Amino acid sequence: MTINTLSQDGVQRQQMPCLTKMERMIISMQDPDMGIKLRNQRLLITVIPHAMTGIDIVEWLIKKFSISDEEALHIGQLFVKYGYIYPLKEPRNLILKADDSPYRFQTPYYWMSTRWPASELDYAIYLAKKNIRKQGELIEYEKECYNALHKRINHTWDFVVMQAREQLRASKQRRKADRIVLECQEQAYWLVTRPPPGTLDNIDYGPERRTMNTRVQLNAEFYKKEIEHNRISLARNRVKSSICLESYVKYCEQYQPHDPIMQGCLPSNPWITDDIMFWNMNSEAVAVPTKLRVECWSFSFMELLNDPMGRKEFLTYLEKEFSAENLCFWQACEDVRHGETSKIPEKVDEVYKQFLSPGASRWVNIDSKTMEKTLEGLKHPHRFVLDDAQMHIYFLMKKDSYPRYLKSELYKNLLARAIVPQETKKSVFPFMRRQRHSSPSPALATQTGEDDGKAKNSNSVKSNSGTASRL
Amino acid sequence: MGEMEQMKKEAEALKTQIEAARKAACDTDMASAASGVAPAPRVQLKTRRTLKGHLAKIYAMHWSTDNKLMVSASQDGKLLIWDSHSGNKVNAVPLKSSWVMTCAYAPSGNLVASGGLDNMCTVYNLKTPVIKTVKELDAHTGYLSCARFLSDTEILTSSGDTTCALWDLETGKQKTVFLNHVGDCMCLALSPDMNSFVSGACDSLAKLWDIRDGQCKQTFQGHTSDINAISFYPSGNAIITGSDDCTCKMYDLRADQEVIGYQDAALNSGVTSLALSVSGRLVFAGYDDFNCNIWDSLKGEKVGVLSGHDNRVSCTGVPVDGMCVCTGSWDSFLKIWN
Repeated sequence: MTINTLSQDGVQRQQMPCLTKMERMIISMQDPDMGIKLRNQRLLITVIPHAMTGIDIVEWLIKKFSISDEEALHIGQLFVKYGYIYPLKEPRNLILKADDSPYRFQTPYYWMSTRWPASELDYAIYLAKKNIRKQGELIEYEKECYNALHKRINHTWDFVVMQAREQLRASKQRRKADRIVLECQEQAYWLVTRPPPGTLDNIDYGPERRTMNTRVQLNAEFYKKEIEHNRISLARNRVKSSICLESYVKYCEQYQPHDPIMQGCLPSNPWITDDIMFWNMNSEAVAVPTKLRVECWSFSFMELLNDPMGRKEFLTYLEKEFSAENLCFWQACEDVRHGETSKIPEKVDEVYKQFLSPGASRWVNIDSKTMEKTLEGLKHPHRFVLDDAQMHIYFLMKKDSYPRYLKSELYKNLLARAIVPQETKKSVFPFMRRQRHSSPSPALATQTGEDDGKAKNSNSVKSNSGTASRL
Repeated sequence: MGEMEQMKKEAEALKTQIEAARKAACDTDMASAASGVAPAPRVQLKTRRTLKGHLAKIYAMHWSTDNKLMVSASQDGKLLIWDSHSGNKVNAVPLKSSWVMTCAYAPSGNLVASGGLDNMCTVYNLKTPVIKTVKELDAHTGYLSCARFLSDTEILTSSGDTTCALWDLETGKQKTVFLNHVGDCMCLALSPDMNSFVSGACDSLAKLWDIRDGQCKQTFQGHTSDINAISFYPSGNAIITGSDDCTCKMYDLRADQEVIGYQDAALNSGVTSLALSVSGRLVFAGYDDFNCNIWDSLKGEKVGVLSGHDNRVSCTGVPVDGMCVCTGSWDSFLKIWN
């Protein structure tokens, strides 16, 4: 079971589904045969039944789910945090200790998901009881809450105090062990649902959302737009799935060597070895690029243009072909599109002077129809006024100059000169692992010469103690 | 009222026809198309860094394009700029409103933005000697769920008032408002070519918008609950969505339909965030049950888990160079894995 909230628009929303998972586990932990062995626990002079130790919990989790003790402790902590298990000693400290500290399962009556939301009235009664028992000596934040509640629900205060007195009287008639257990359960519940200030609130599930926002009116106007939108959608051209899906397979295949998580990277992944050589070798202004980087430029025209070094190389090639103005024009158009609005008129004017006007120093070859349309648009310059012309030049470069560049000597030479970085071997010595240097220390440098077949660091597939098994 | 009923019927009829047209274009499924592909290896990533510094739930994080810096937003009322490799906090930006839900890093590295229940998107300049508020973008009538910079002069926002907007940072005004969703907008993602973007909302729909003309070009249905996370596939031809219905889906833009879903009967918590590896092969999806599951996008299988957070994974991000994954959680920590 988990929390269901009824939001503004009348839709039931399930919140915190993790609670369902937790409850499943908690129930199996309490199974009479396969669950944790419970026993009586001595607390000062009283004997509390059905208790277990922290280490019991951890060991049961390890055995049941075949996980590491780190993970078992982590999961156990979550149970305590969310109020399914509570500590008998130091009840205000909601953590799990993997030793013989005693713990108990919280009764389902006090599960977060059972009593949702925690009632203000109940909290008032609880604080009132505490206040009476401790004769006014509540903890600071509890005092504040108590006073705030007193103000807020003043009209029912008599009822609160009466209930509190009644419950205290009834509890005095119970056996001491039962009384202590009930007090612990109740306290644990309130520690979780009304956490002290400064601690993380575990039950917050985010701001409220609306499936059907009241801002939108479902009127005739709305449906008119819907119909229009659907008509256009129906008329659109749909590419066959086989072609689309084929492209993903190809894309993944092509980019796999460039995906460090799938295939590692050379010289090494800076996050694993703390060696930042990879970033240095691939920076913008490096003298000789890596092979992977240069290869990437051949995947698509956008890849070439997105890399500043690629753009520079391409420009050099175009200069040889006397068509460099194309790339310059394209870049100028990008600047207009993404630059400041206030500078658009002057930038567009510059572009016109340099690239489009008859007799311009770097005149670009656009077809007459596009040119006419663009010149017309220049009379009222706006951010996208050069889009058509830019598109024309872009495709010109893509269909013509780009393929020829990839076949050119300039590109081929660069590819041949491009380096494949040497793999940095991860240091084998444990005490070295924690060091973080911007460049390998001389000590490490001598170690890299050492051959250890096990020290394969570029392969990012590593064993992980934090992998969860099926819960 | 009769007229409206009729229009409603017509809209529905068109939808049925659209579904038929989509089916007609569907001549194969991802399982067949990817049958020849070797399964992805079992991916076991280790926590390489745990960034501690926030005092309350982390709601959002975003990598800078330099692959090392990142910004994170927490309800302790701060934006923290981290040099995540060294673990140092480079900057702390105090927020006027602590109810922050999103943050973004500009591609240039000069600006960051944040927004949330204050309905505003605040943009800060990181390069001035003291961090200054550049603009407060105030026109939404609902909470700000997501923001993304196109450049230092333009930013896109999605809001709980069901609209998305493109803002001019010079004037601080909305240039284009994108209207079509009927439920709160929860997330948005920019296409690689920056000509369009997609948004996901509480009406279970994902929509593709043209930034230039402000029109909704395509609508994708299939989810049965709020779409909390959305991302473009790196080639720009598909989008991946993550929803409260506990599944992720991949929609192809050219075929105009869902091509594969990522779900598991044992997973009964919603998806809060997602990010893709550089090749698009791996999908990192953060869930409400405190884990981040790793899916093979082509095979539709779960190939790994990142667990170690004590509360919901609220945000996930892969830097441009794809070197690692970062997860941020309501437990107030950010973890970097690979």
